[in-house]
Amino acid sequence: MIYRRGQKVLVQGITGKQGSFWAARMMELGTDVVAGVNPKRAGEAHNGVPIFRSAVEATRQTPCDISVIFIPPTMAKEAIIDAIDAGIGTIVVLTEHIPSHDVLEIFAHARGSKSRIVGPNTAGIVTPGDGFVGIMPGHNPNIFMPGNIGVISRSGSLGTLMCLNLTRAGLGQSAFIGIGGDPIIGTTTRDALEALDRDERTSAVVLVGEIGGAMEEEAAEYARGMKKSVVSFIAGRSSPPDKKMGHAGAIVTGGRGGYASKRAALENAGVRVADTPAEIATFLSQARVA
Amino acid sequence: MNLEEYAAKQSVLVPAGVPTPRGVVCRSAEQASDAVAKIGPSVIKAQVPTGKRGKSGGIKMADNAEQGAAAAHAILGMTIGGSRVERVLVEERCPIERELYAAVLIDVSSRSPLVLFSTEGGMDIEEVAEQKPDAIRRHVVDVKHGFDTSDAAALLSGLDLGPATDALGDVLVRLYRAFCENDAELVEINPLAILRGGKVVALDCKFVLDDASTFRQPELAKVASPPKMTDLEQRGAAHGLRFIQLDGNVGVLANGAGLTMTTMDVINHFGGKPANFLEIGGEAYTKAEVALDLVLSNPGVKSLVVNFCGAFARTDVMAEGVVMAWESLKPKIPAFFSIHGTGEDEAVKLVRERLGIEPYDFMEDAVKAAVEAAK
Repeated sequence: MIYRRGQKVLVQGITGKQGSFWAARMMELGTDVVAGVNPKRAGEAHNGVPIFRSAVEATRQTPCDISVIFIPPTMAKEAIIDAIDAGIGTIVVLTEHIPSHDVLEIFAHARGSKSRIVGPNTAGIVTPGDGFVGIMPGHNPNIFMPGNIGVISRSGSLGTLMCLNLTRAGLGQSAFIGIGGDPIIGTTTRDALEALDRDERTSAVVLVGEIGGAMEEEAAEYARGMKKSVVSFIAGRSSPPDKKMGHAGAIVTGGRGGYASKRAALENAGVRVADTPAEIATFLSQARVA
Repeated sequence: MNLEEYAAKQSVLVPAGVPTPRGVVCRSAEQASDAVAKIGPSVIKAQVPTGKRGKSGGIKMADNAEQGAAAAHAILGMTIGGSRVERVLVEERCPIERELYAAVLIDVSSRSPLVLFSTEGGMDIEEVAEQKPDAIRRHVVDVKHGFDTSDAAALLSGLDLGPATDALGDVLVRLYRAFCENDAELVEINPLAILRGGKVVALDCKFVLDDASTFRQPELAKVASPPKMTDLEQRGAAHGLRFIQLDGNVGVLANGAGLTMTTMDVINHFGGKPANFLEIGGEAYTKAEVALDLVLSNPGVKSLVVNFCGAFARTDVMAEGVVMAWESLKPKIPAFFSIHGTGEDEAVKLVRERLGIEPYDFMEDAVKAAVEAAK
């Protein structure tokens, strides 16, 4: 889930408006886009990238480490299962509003396979200086700058703001991992935190969370044992209570998911939680001096 | 989207073959009177998309037509949980021997369907979880395998349910199938009753349809309760914008759910109150003009924060929409901008030249100024 220069990327939906636009941005930054998928245009090339009928077909011709999914919600399930069947290691799913039962099927297929899913509903992953996969402004030097801070975010827009603030404070990033805003996602906050803990380029982590679910609480349990410093901002402190939660839904999360619970879990684990986004850079500078 | 009890029974349980009591939906006391005359001793239940109907007086007994009319007269027009009661369900009263609980829902932590069964029916499942956690049985379903009779038997084994065990297992299997075929987020039967004589019947039903699946469940979406919305919120929804009206006085226009929530949080942090939540994320970033119109139509708004941090969303396109809306609406309130990310230079230039407003470098400063101006 951390992009490294040289990793080969497949773009599913490369001929679409967004797929085409963002594939070009990725390549500008040095991301190695080696193939695209569009069953109707197999055999052609799009912006110099060969197009295949399926992910399975593409990987037979050219190995791919990552696939990025630019496919509308009604057809996303087939595309992702195709990527899993192709044995692609990391599948970055940008699509929002995939039907929940399709998501359950996707994860049932992914279980026991070689594939890790990032998302759905992620803005992607960025490694400044190496490249990016997704719909992040990875090519904007005012926002992303190489360095040693790892950033995890459920939100693309808020994650962008966090990286911008870090860059303005002279704190470059080792990796941005957008995990996605959906309730059911393949890579959790904790998974991303563990990856950044293992990453030798990363010396500190910014964990950008949101209300809902229990991912921040689970990540806090891991953060407790980390040597690298972790600071956090959780969005949604002043949001009206989520009415979507059904009776039976509340039981499986054990009543967790509100702001107070997340903040308490993180603070108990030694993670400083900021009141506003701009405080994050201050916290990191203080942690560095200490 | 939630279905009311009658809709959940008619459109989900009955087609799935889950037994329900005989019942009629009524919109007037006369209809209820006729229904009781036909059915016999009945329960008259308010139809609203919320729980706690019993505690609010929304459920009454009727032994004859006269009582049926009186009960319906009392219940129709009540307000329960913010919803006005337009319909009652008149249902035959069943001789209940035992009340149980059954549900199938999407479990986030296992990324799988979860079948729940409890011997403690009739009370909130959260209360059961707290007071008698051992009374709840769980089965995480592998969707490739499904949930069959033997899975149901294993879930119910050792619960001392007597001769009704097989019928309960059958209900669970049918409930799981209904969950899958109807794109449910949750389907819950509480209580699931064993009647005198051993028959198993679903006395109530709660059904939540997955919002992302309404396109392939048009029949269910049609009978679902429309979400409660203010006029402005409805206007937003008609344009595909998620607008939530709040009671503060600082209007919020930002892109992306995370950044919008954060803008609201920072308003609160500096002692102000947000007037709305409004996200123009994803493809909706082209709708900035409609969005600003919505924010400014909220009567409480005294100042405005525009906070853009463009990734996918282009700030120049959003700023252009805002500038156009601003010029046509000519609002009398001050606006405070913070703009960064994709298209930033053009966006800042637009706001500076057309509106004569200098955007702030940090969103915190824009928010602080807006909170001050709203006082």
